[in-house]
Amino acid sequence: MTGHHDHDHGGQEIPSATALRVKALESLLVEKGLVDPAALDAIIDSYENKVGPRHGARVVARAWTDPAYKARLLADGSNAIAEVGFPGSQRAHVAVVENTPSLHNLVVCTLCSCYPSSVLGLPPVWYKSSAYRSRAVIDPRGVLRDFGLTLDEGVAVRVWDSTAELRYLVLPERPAGTEGMDEDALTALVSRDAMIGTAKVATP
Amino acid sequence: MNGVHDMGGMHGFGPVLPEVDEPVFHAPWEGRVLGLNRLMGAWRRWNIDASRHSIERLPPADYLGFSYYEKWLAAMINRMLALGMITAGELASGHKADGTVVASPPVTADTVMDIINAVGSYQRDVGANPRFAAGDRVRARTINPEGHTRLPRYARGRLGVIERDHGAQVFPDSNSRFAGEAPQTLYTVCFTARELWGEAANPADHVSLDLWEDYLEPA
Repeated sequence: MTGHHDHDHGGQEIPSATALRVKALESLLVEKGLVDPAALDAIIDSYENKVGPRHGARVVARAWTDPAYKARLLADGSNAIAEVGFPGSQRAHVAVVENTPSLHNLVVCTLCSCYPSSVLGLPPVWYKSSAYRSRAVIDPRGVLRDFGLTLDEGVAVRVWDSTAELRYLVLPERPAGTEGMDEDALTALVSRDAMIGTAKVATP
Repeated sequence: MNGVHDMGGMHGFGPVLPEVDEPVFHAPWEGRVLGLNRLMGAWRRWNIDASRHSIERLPPADYLGFSYYEKWLAAMINRMLALGMITAGELASGHKADGTVVASPPVTADTVMDIINAVGSYQRDVGANPRFAAGDRVRARTINPEGHTRLPRYARGRLGVIERDHGAQVFPDSNSRFAGEAPQTLYTVCFTARELWGEAANPADHVSLDLWEDYLEPA
């Protein structure tokens, strides 16, 4: 296999050895009747086009605008997320943890790559990297600085290592200057990284 | 298993490098590997814990050198070979062995969204009687199992506090060996950063892990 720098971006170049190997494996599994190729296409389409962090952003925006919803979300993330009702919203066991002026939450999976994909889609490469997985628990403030976020020493950091089938979503602080914005406008402000805990939501 | 996958607290991997406007997949084959993994998983010949353990058992240099989806590909091939779902000869030739029956996939385009959106719950209503309650002080056991475990090395032997009881959940150490789900109570356990990393850590900081009852003892 090739190293991770040898990607055939966009499929416009000569296919890599790995790309050829995957193609051969796929054709074998289809020939054996183990895999339906149309189902394979549908899965890829779903991950590329249907799931993603906008679902999590919607949950955050609703919590910012509806105090009763926020209370339900923090008490029972899974059921409150299911209320929002996007496809797959009932899938995962999710706990929502709230950032405040004195507490900053950060989510990691040191053992593999566990991630709240029902609300955020597939994880970015950095989330799955050895650098993030190794350092988030021992040096969370240093990791945040890698993202350009320097926390005041007086702000406590809480790191959530996702060691079981429970997924964590950070409820970021609502930025100043958004008092007049509705749920749709707020949804557009919430970044994926803010819901992992490596960023704050910027004031628009 | 004390493998390189258990990397919480290790040094030397450098800075975290976020990618601007990162695509969902960096090459089309990555999506194919993800999809093949889901569809082969639908045969239910393995489970999530066995799947994770197969990735952990890749040679350490491969684990660290492969990209994420290269690891998935290598481990999936290992699982299919070990279970006889494909043979080494078929893998080498790219074609089904002569005389073998063509199977019918358990998931088709009509039903695939059901597996994508399925509720993958690992909670089991077995009436477990929890040994610990919120606020209890516990110590993570010092164990070094050769098989799969979700108790990272950095927490073993450390003192923490039970924060939340999540009910009985499938126990990965057993399920990964196909030895049964053996559900037991799962807890969120909170450790101070100083307990885990020493006096240099910020006294306000904490790390929490979700740990099964067998990983814990009273303290």
